[in-house]
Amino acid sequence: MMQKITCECGHSNPYGTSLCQACGKPLKQDVEVLSSMRYEGSARRSQTYKQTFVDKTWNFFSSVKVGVWLIVIILVAAAIGTIFPQETFIPPNVDPATHYESEYGTFGLIYYLLGFHNLYGSWWFILLLGMLGLSIIIASLDRGIPLYKALKTQRVTRHDQFMKNQRLFSKSNDVELDEIKYTLESLRYKVREENGNLFAEKGRFSRWGAYVNHVGLIIFLTGAMLRFFPGMYVDDILWVREGEKASIPGTSTEDGQYYLENNDFILEMYDKEEKKFNSALSSVDGEVAKNYQSNVTLYKTKENHTIGAEPELVKVKNGEIRVNEPFKFDSFALYQTDFKLNEFYKMSFELEEKATGNKFGKLTVDLHDPKKEYDLGDGYKVKIEEYFPNFVLNDQNQPSTVNNLPDNPAFVFSMYSPKTPDGEKAFVGIQKNIDSGENQFKMSFAGIETKDLTALTVRKDHTLWIIALGGIIFMIGVTQGLYWNYRRIWIKQNAGEVWAAAHTNKNWYGLKKDVEFLSDKTNLTPLEEKETASK
Amino acid sequence: MLKKNRLWFRSALLAILVVAVGYTIYNSMNEESGTYISKGDTAPNFVLTDLNGKQVELEDYRGKGVFLNFWGTWCKPCEREMPYMQRQYEKYKEQGVEILAVNVSETNVSVKNFADRYRMSFPIPMDKQREVTKAFGIGPIPTTILIDKNGKVVERTSESLSEKKIISFMEKIKP
Repeated sequence: MMQKITCECGHSNPYGTSLCQACGKPLKQDVEVLSSMRYEGSARRSQTYKQTFVDKTWNFFSSVKVGVWLIVIILVAAAIGTIFPQETFIPPNVDPATHYESEYGTFGLIYYLLGFHNLYGSWWFILLLGMLGLSIIIASLDRGIPLYKALKTQRVTRHDQFMKNQRLFSKSNDVELDEIKYTLESLRYKVREENGNLFAEKGRFSRWGAYVNHVGLIIFLTGAMLRFFPGMYVDDILWVREGEKASIPGTSTEDGQYYLENNDFILEMYDKEEKKFNSALSSVDGEVAKNYQSNVTLYKTKENHTIGAEPELVKVKNGEIRVNEPFKFDSFALYQTDFKLNEFYKMSFELEEKATGNKFGKLTVDLHDPKKEYDLGDGYKVKIEEYFPNFVLNDQNQPSTVNNLPDNPAFVFSMYSPKTPDGEKAFVGIQKNIDSGENQFKMSFAGIETKDLTALTVRKDHTLWIIALGGIIFMIGVTQGLYWNYRRIWIKQNAGEVWAAAHTNKNWYGLKKDVEFLSDKTNLTPLEEKETASK
Repeated sequence: MLKKNRLWFRSALLAILVVAVGYTIYNSMNEESGTYISKGDTAPNFVLTDLNGKQVELEDYRGKGVFLNFWGTWCKPCEREMPYMQRQYEKYKEQGVEILAVNVSETNVSVKNFADRYRMSFPIPMDKQREVTKAFGIGPIPTTILIDKNGKVVERTSESLSEKKIISFMEKIKP
């Protein structure tokens, strides 16, 4: 059992205390009073009990050195995370497992394997933040509570050694105590008296600043942590073609799933000829965007909607989304984020006899849902044998497609006519029309329709207010600790002499002003600054 | 403070933090596009029309093991595993394992050609609007999800599968 230390003043101090909580007497042989003043010479509990595994863990996290190292490691990791783009910003449809290596080489692969590509979601980064949180809590408890107790139990009368060893100290002979008390009160000190001794203090609350700001940090980290909890945070992207409806990710509940229809995507540019903007725009090459806007309609399915089934939609409301003007419903907001103009939608062709130029009907192919066969009547028909939405010749020189987006559509058509009942084949793409050379017919290009796409960020955030609250409390703590300081002045009757000592946790200049004022107004000997070897 | 109390307090505080951070890490690993179906979850039901125009509903396969594969014709690793899947499908169909090869947002023309080339005889549900793909939180393809006879997900992988792997998967979900 750890022993309590009873000081000669009668106060019982916890084991490990270096200055008596009540009178300030050094309790060990080699205690330097001034350097112990940071935590009032109180016992940091972590440094006293070292038995179980729990205590050892506790002690580790109680160390400020450990805390600082955690901060350094987190900062370095965050810095490394900016070297290559984060996973969110690499093109969709690519596999990050191969993307980082192919783009950035071996270092890219290591970057990916270590989880730097998704830094805020990687387990070790969250673990580091958790450890930092633990360090903040434990270090604060271990210092804050003993400090609070020491400041609460401090007595008016202090031990001689405590007085003598303060940085500001003086001895006087003939002093009017009431005058000192009055002067200190005029400086807005809180003055207590005991057996002809005085204790004046001011701004004690500033000592809690560090702990208040740590509470703020913990709340902040808790908010950040809650983003990973189900239902608290959604950050997703939704691409919708004009005229189409798509389910909004993250909005599925028991009473239905939200859908969004993109009625129109609008991109407006500034008119360079307009007088108002003329001079501002003359220095700019190209056009300057004025407005990005999506006109949308929100729908909701009935209850028990089965995924994939044709949804029974009920219209909820219409809306317009512009940059910084989101469309809101329930706790969700949709932000204008990106767009794609003129994606190919439908292509038209005519069946043409090469020799005569006569045309035998037109067909329009929906690039998202082409038909197998188009009957043009009178024995004329066209079949689609192959379709490559995003045509490319692969490494075996075979026609194939890069992905499922119709960015470079190409077809293999079979053309049938009464003259050619067995069919003739042709490969047709953009600026390409290849056949065996003996064909009598060809597909001639007859127009294209396009559609715009809009990309919206789907956002739900129940953690923002927690993070804001944490931030505000943090700032209050910082202000409290930085703009105020804890000043103390002791006056002690000592065998005919009057001893005076003063201490502050920061801003010695301000304290010196106070004690100068005090000795000017009274007959107290001016307090002198001790030469501190350790400083 | 009593020694016993101190130990209790410290242990409790450490435990709370370990649980909170552990749960956060657990969630972060399962996080992808909002909803993400992984091991232990009940697979959400879905209905899609397959390549032959038939309605395919996942719930109808309760009592059977379901090898749910997400794929595209343009994806090389998907192409590689198709012949293996077809061969094992023929073996395990009688033993109560069904393959559903959900095609991610492609056209019937492309998929029909592909299916004919590889003589694929299992149902190919066409997820034109990517609704099912989104609901299962599918990122890169191919992704294979193994569902047991009770509708529970027992495995989820995004690797390109060898025939051996497919056999071991089939064994795993055989009812």
